Amino acid sequence: MTAAPVEVKEPDIDEVVTPDRPWIVIVWNDPINLMTYVTFVFQKLFGYSLEKATKLMLDVHEKGKAVVSSGPREKAELDVFRLHEHGLWATMEHDS
Amino acid sequence: MIGRRVKRSRKGGFELKIPAEERELLREVGPQLREVLVRRVDTSTPGEDPAIDRLFPVAYPDDEDRQTEYRLLVQDELLSSHLAALAVLEETADAERLEEEQLLAWMRALNDVRLVLGTRLEITEDREERPRDPRDPRTGAFAVYDYLTYLQGEIIEALSA
Repeated sequence: MTAAPVEVKEPDIDEVVTPDRPWIVIVWNDPINLMTYVTFVFQKLFGYSLEKATKLMLDVHEKGKAVVSSGPREKAELDVFRLHEHGLWATMEHDS
Repeated sequence: MIGRRVKRSRKGGFELKIPAEERELLREVGPQLREVLVRRVDTSTPGEDPAIDRLFPVAYPDDEDRQTEYRLLVQDELLSSHLAALAVLEETADAERLEEEQLLAWMRALNDVRLVLGTRLEITEDREERPRDPRDPRTGAFAVYDYLTYLQGEIIEALSA
């Protein structure tokens, strides 16, 4: 009696997710960008409500910086790029 | 009486009511910005021109390798993005109506000009720094900067309406 051959699926190395420490995206205050502009950009890029976008903008303005988004490195990098496209001074770093 | 420069139109899109001399100014700032942007391709060394550094900021201040990777990855796209917005401004400088995408491009292009001018003028948050002597060679640049600030404010207000 023979058993039908069973196909064993080897785990694909690409499917093994390497845990990535989350990254945070920071926007820094600058003397040139208008407050209304910064608020508008936060709403446009992240879909934040006017209230949330305004609060973040005020944090940037009053505290010198604010965390505006977070996530895996690729996502954070894309957010930084889109902020740079709009002339905001954004950086990214590991969430500590 | 100064009328609103930018208004959302009931027919869709936006109406521009910009006087001729201001349109002339908008036509002039375009090529200046383009020159700064294109020079970025040649210079490519951070620290040489603060205005260029301001338009292409550092993403990873703590990681030189990742920053180099980021710069190589995005510099062409970022440059294209700025140039594309500028092209819309140049092509529609005389337009009386704009679609939303075009107005958004105006917003970005004018912001880029403000960033370059503001960096060159070493603008701070203190409004008192405007030169008191009208013979100060920076007076013209400050006037352009302040006008563009006003116009950008109008654009954002219209977009938000």
